Amino acid sequence: MATDPYETLGVSRTATQDEIRTAFRKIAKKNHPDLNPGDTAAEDRFKAANTANEILSEPERRAKFDRGEIDAAGQERQAQRPDRQYYRDFAQGQGGARYGAAGLDPDDLGDIFGEYFSSREPGGSRPRKGADRRYRLEVPFLSAINGATERLTLPAGETVDVRIPAGIEDGQALRLRGKGDPGRNAGPDGDALIEVGIVPHKAFRRVGRNVELDLPVTLAEVVLGGKVPVPTPRGEVNLMVPAGSDAGARLRLRGRGVAEAGSTAAGDMFVTLALVAGPRDEALETALREWQERHSDFDPREALRRSA
Amino acid sequence: MITVATVLARVPGLDEHRLRLWIAEEWVRPAQWAGEPVFEEIDLARVQLILDLDRMEVGVAAMPVVLSLLDQLHEHRRQMRRVVDMLEQRAK
Repeated sequence: MATDPYETLGVSRTATQDEIRTAFRKIAKKNHPDLNPGDTAAEDRFKAANTANEILSEPERRAKFDRGEIDAAGQERQAQRPDRQYYRDFAQGQGGARYGAAGLDPDDLGDIFGEYFSSREPGGSRPRKGADRRYRLEVPFLSAINGATERLTLPAGETVDVRIPAGIEDGQALRLRGKGDPGRNAGPDGDALIEVGIVPHKAFRRVGRNVELDLPVTLAEVVLGGKVPVPTPRGEVNLMVPAGSDAGARLRLRGRGVAEAGSTAAGDMFVTLALVAGPRDEALETALREWQERHSDFDPREALRRSA
Repeated sequence: MITVATVLARVPGLDEHRLRLWIAEEWVRPAQWAGEPVFEEIDLARVQLILDLDRMEVGVAAMPVVLSLLDQLHEHRRQMRRVVDMLEQRAK
């Protein structure tokens, strides 16, 4: 399938890097698919020249090819890169209007052919809604929890303030009416559809309308109990840890999850205590050894043993 | 979401400085979200095209001329397609 790269570029095996570059450029200028939108033969020539150039323009790869270590397709027994999509593939579709030539009104066509295509024809001069335009945009985790407003500047330069409702889900779409492609024959403009992706948070996790957090605590804090500062999606609050709490205990902070929105109440936050041993301390170790002796009959795994 | 970093990762041989310059020149017109450019697949293909043209030694001065001619070519092809669609519908 792939032919000899030297042949493809029309250079000798002893050609200099400059000669190779010049030969490739000459073929590329004539055959680039975007400069020849209707011509598939040109695309094949461009692809072949591109492959040949990728091998020969790098002295190391060229030497490998000359030694027969890679084939004419430039493969070292590895999966080929997926075919590149050319600009023309997009420019010729509906979305191509985005880079439409300035000064060319698509409705000119209607004027030119207006008489020819009378209003009896489907889609002729009847008002038609403009196409929707889709955007995939990311919002920070906390914006999705608390709600926020982010500014979107459309490719045409228009700015829109997008209100992100508290509790928006990953993949949910927001519709901005009339911010898509212009309508035809006085039809309404299309909409902008924003598909929201939520960037995960380093510490918080979301489960439905609740927010989960692992909270590092010291041995003293779980044994003695007390107030511990906890970061929440809406600022720090003090959490009352009961004396004698177990590591892994789940404590609730009411209303500290997803913010309330309309008639939906705010979600809760669940804090899981994660025990941190802290610096070693001889006095503590002595005290714990004494504790062990005093409670030698206490088995924390008793219940587990019964159910396992 | 296709960010500047995504474009740079997907288009070998492109650097951020040039990409930002092309955006400033409006050769590529991405949307902006929270102050940063966000691209669609069509923008990415256009970036690749500009890079190809750059490698063909279409200089900074000639680039807008070439892009404008290409945009007109595609505009006409889209219009031609609409005419063909209309003719087909009429023929039915």
